[in-house]
Amino acid sequence: MALDRWLALVILLICLAYGYAAYFTMDALLPPIMKRSPIWPSSFPKVLAVGGVLLSLSILLGLEKSPSKPDAADINLSRLHEYKVGQAVILLAAMVAYALLLRPLGFLAATFLFLAGGSFILGERRYVVMIVVAAIAAGTVWYLVDVVLGIFLSPFPLFVSGG
Amino acid sequence: MLEGLLTGLATAFTFTNIMMVVGGCLIGTFIGMLPGLGPMSIIAIMIPVAITIGDPSAALILLAGVYYGAVFGGSTSSILINAPGVASTVATSFDGYPLARKGQAGKALTVAAIASFAGGTIGAILLMVFAPALASVALLFHSSEYFALMVVGLSAIAAFAGTGQVGKALLMTFLGLMMATVGEGVLFNAPRFTMGIMDLQSGFGFITLAMAMFALPEAIFLVLNPDRSNTGDGGEGGKIKNLRITRDEALRITPVIGRQSIQGFFIGVLPGAGATIASFLGYAVERNIASKEEQEQFGKGSVKGIAAPESANNAACTGSFVPLLTLGIPGSGTTAILLGALIALNVSPGPRLMIDEPQIFWAVIISMYLGNLVLLILNLPLIPYIAKVLAVPRNYLIPFILFFTLMGAYIGQNNATELLLLVGFGICATLFRFADYPLAPLLIGFILGPLLENNFSRAMQLYDGVGFVWERPMTLALLVLAVLLVVLPAYRSRRARARAEGVADGD
Repeated sequence: MALDRWLALVILLICLAYGYAAYFTMDALLPPIMKRSPIWPSSFPKVLAVGGVLLSLSILLGLEKSPSKPDAADINLSRLHEYKVGQAVILLAAMVAYALLLRPLGFLAATFLFLAGGSFILGERRYVVMIVVAAIAAGTVWYLVDVVLGIFLSPFPLFVSGG
Repeated sequence: MLEGLLTGLATAFTFTNIMMVVGGCLIGTFIGMLPGLGPMSIIAIMIPVAITIGDPSAALILLAGVYYGAVFGGSTSSILINAPGVASTVATSFDGYPLARKGQAGKALTVAAIASFAGGTIGAILLMVFAPALASVALLFHSSEYFALMVVGLSAIAAFAGTGQVGKALLMTFLGLMMATVGEGVLFNAPRFTMGIMDLQSGFGFITLAMAMFALPEAIFLVLNPDRSNTGDGGEGGKIKNLRITRDEALRITPVIGRQSIQGFFIGVLPGAGATIASFLGYAVERNIASKEEQEQFGKGSVKGIAAPESANNAACTGSFVPLLTLGIPGSGTTAILLGALIALNVSPGPRLMIDEPQIFWAVIISMYLGNLVLLILNLPLIPYIAKVLAVPRNYLIPFILFFTLMGAYIGQNNATELLLLVGFGICATLFRFADYPLAPLLIGFILGPLLENNFSRAMQLYDGVGFVWERPMTLALLVLAVLLVVLPAYRSRRARARAEGVADGD
């Protein structure tokens, strides 16, 4: 089964779960006075759930004509082995790490590590350039966002700023 | 109209707002050149900045400036290194790059800049004429017509966008609408579909979603396939020597620019069509009506081949503001993001915008003239310097793109959970792109979702049920149109395919 039909299956399951919530669980919490209104919080989701289920089924069952030949120029799943999947996964993991460490480490350290680490993952080995670029960038962005735009970004680790 | 124009002039010609236009155009040009960051991503990154400004006119002027700048930047990288940063400038590379290879990059850039300027300016004039007329019609609309109109918009987007598979595009729209129902809406004071998770109480952030749908997959593709980011090879095409064009060339491109600006504008007004289709269609039309010997030139460095897509895509960008400003319905991914920004700034675009807050409407139009002027007189001489950004090595470029997507999602919300959502949705979006699911319908569905439900509910309350569908002929007609748009497959085959290397999805 092609990837697009697997995705249709996943969406179908999501729609079913969503529809179940809309049809069976949501209305239980509705105050009686609201039940006299022609529109309930669940009305619109009910319509969406039906539409979503029908559309995902039509793709899952292949009712729509199969896609035209994938363009050679575009990214193509059959060439996946030629691609640098490892790098992409590590970079995504680095983004997750950034999200988790942003508060504890503070903006400056987390950003510096992310930018330097990111170029390292991509194969950069000129360490001095890497460190200088990452440090300047982290500092500049913090200055622009926090000082110039006035959006607070905690710059230092938690133990320095005291929470 | 004159009165409005004067208000607009007064608003736009303040020091801050002129700075907004200049700054926006420069930032847009700069980032628009980079592969992987299309106008949608750039605008999404700039939204927190715009919201901080607070003044809606200034914010919208900034974002609009970024928009034209990004489109201009995209054509620059198409011409210089054959790597369009944006789908709507792919057609520019057909003739721009060959001309640059012949050592005439400067001429190509000048033609592109003049064509863009004319396209944008003619577009702005048409916008000034048509938007108030359309808005006065739209004032007669009730919530049921709005509901129907949004359904038409969404089905048109599904029919035109995507890879010719309407089913997939519609499914994406539904997914976007479903995601919009998560959280505590304005309509009912009850959280929905939050699964008890506190962070979902306020729903998904639309900037997070925009980043996850467009910027992140493109960045992941750049990592996956190094050939995609062919920057920094610094080939012969990168040298800009002489910006002059001859009198003869100027005479030849004038009618092209005139025709394509008007055609592009009207294509841009249609929901779902947008700048990409306008540029391809403009190129094709001009090639077909050119004389025999000129036809030979197309694809080998014809100035007409640069002028046509450039004037068309800029006019279409301006045209896409018509439904946004008059109906509050975005026709493209970019205008959907702008709509999100406006809502965040407490401005509700629609026919009442021109009456309630004329200064916003007219300031945006005036800023369009200014923006085009800025691009022409400021950017053209600066292009050789700005083009240096193309030499940034990939090892540094990609971490920065990833970092900017993270920042865009973080600054607006100040919530680290949003970053995890960003990565999660980004991975899903990448899988969707692999499977040829279009992503713009999802985002537009997500942004229009609350408005759609709101108008649907009001119509339901007014008519005590779904009676409004047959009691209001206008609503019925619009809904029938929506069905036809999805069913009629004729539209599918017309869609020009805009898929080439290094192209960001959508326009």
